[in-house]
Amino acid sequence: MTLDHRTEYVRHVRAGLAVIVYPLQYLVSVPANFLDWTGETLASRETLQEQNTDLRRENQALRSQLHKLTFIEAENRHLRELLQSSKRIGERVLIAELLSVDLDPYRRQVVINKGDQDDLLYRGQPLVDAYGVMGKLIHVNPFSSTAMLITDPNHALPLQVNRNGLRAVAVGMGSEGLLELLHLPNNADIQVGDLLVTSGLGCVFPAGYPAARVLEVDTNPSLPFARVIAEPLAHLDRSREVLLVWPSLETLPGVSNPCSFAVEESP
Amino acid sequence: MRFSQHRGGWLITFSFVLALALSIIPLPAMLELLRPEWMAMVLIYWCMAVPSRIGVSIGWLVGLLLDVSRDALLGQYALAFALVAFLTLHLHQRLRVFPIWQQALSVGVLIMLECLVVLWIKGLTGQSPGFWKMMIPAFTSLLVWPVIYLLLRHVRRTYNVS
Repeated sequence: MTLDHRTEYVRHVRAGLAVIVYPLQYLVSVPANFLDWTGETLASRETLQEQNTDLRRENQALRSQLHKLTFIEAENRHLRELLQSSKRIGERVLIAELLSVDLDPYRRQVVINKGDQDDLLYRGQPLVDAYGVMGKLIHVNPFSSTAMLITDPNHALPLQVNRNGLRAVAVGMGSEGLLELLHLPNNADIQVGDLLVTSGLGCVFPAGYPAARVLEVDTNPSLPFARVIAEPLAHLDRSREVLLVWPSLETLPGVSNPCSFAVEESP
Repeated sequence: MRFSQHRGGWLITFSFVLALALSIIPLPAMLELLRPEWMAMVLIYWCMAVPSRIGVSIGWLVGLLLDVSRDALLGQYALAFALVAFLTLHLHQRLRVFPIWQQALSVGVLIMLECLVVLWIKGLTGQSPGFWKMMIPAFTSLLVWPVIYLLLRHVRRTYNVS
């Protein structure tokens, strides 16, 4: 147990056993998937039509925004070239599905249906959904992997306030499904409703992904730090499909990449 | 010739597989905390019924499988289940003659011990959810035990597992 907790030696044992257990996990998640499927197949025509119109409208809106974004991206690249700064490259993503399996009720973890065999996944790989950051992989097995969600009490996420760039570390609060921002002084410039994005420090999560929104700021002068609670943007309980991200790590000319240790871990 | 005395090994395996499925099947958040320790109960039953076949090593193996499927620390349930199997082997002659409610109480205590071991290991690795919360499965297992016992006994007698 100590070996598993402190080192990496028993990883292969776990991976081997996980292969045995995977068919069972898959079978267990079949009923839940079947319910979803029947819900989709038996949806009425009106509902589908309504959904279709909504999606079309949303698609149009998003597309117009995307045109603007392409322009801004090009401009950004150009400006960065002028500044001789590092370039940001697009990140590679892979879609994975969640298996409906219950793990330990006191930890916030999920199982996904992608593993070593599908692609070069690595430990610590970030996981996002359509709304924000979800978590990172903690165990990669041949056919499945386990991810720790950002609301797990053992998970810490480096963030910054989108409005002013204030940096903070968000730690999960467990079963409440919220995050707590640690060690922010009472006079920190943070307000209810502030958007928190990943800061890219710590070399696990790529910078700039939306992560959470501030829900509550409690400044009590008798305490050394403010109590700041944030709500994750990702639909941690509802998402069925997630994206695995391969962060592109920037390199500055003449400076060794501070995140190079994170790359070496990936095979 | 030795193997001809043992029968119904596949049934024992199947009961463990079913218990493993029950212990990872998705449940609503409230019921999740109440989930009985299916694996431990099945292990206790077989330790009690066929102590010559199911023992500490099987308990350890089964616990290891639960570790992996719940993604716990490798060896956490294995240690707890080995302890439960050891105690059941020691007590199996007494457990067999107990009336069913008394048996349920003893099983409750055994599973409480198992939860306690898991709680200690969790405490050591810094993720303790609190004592009473961890003990809920022991109480629900106590309530479910008569059903499991009667069901598995019926299965054992029908298929003559020995």
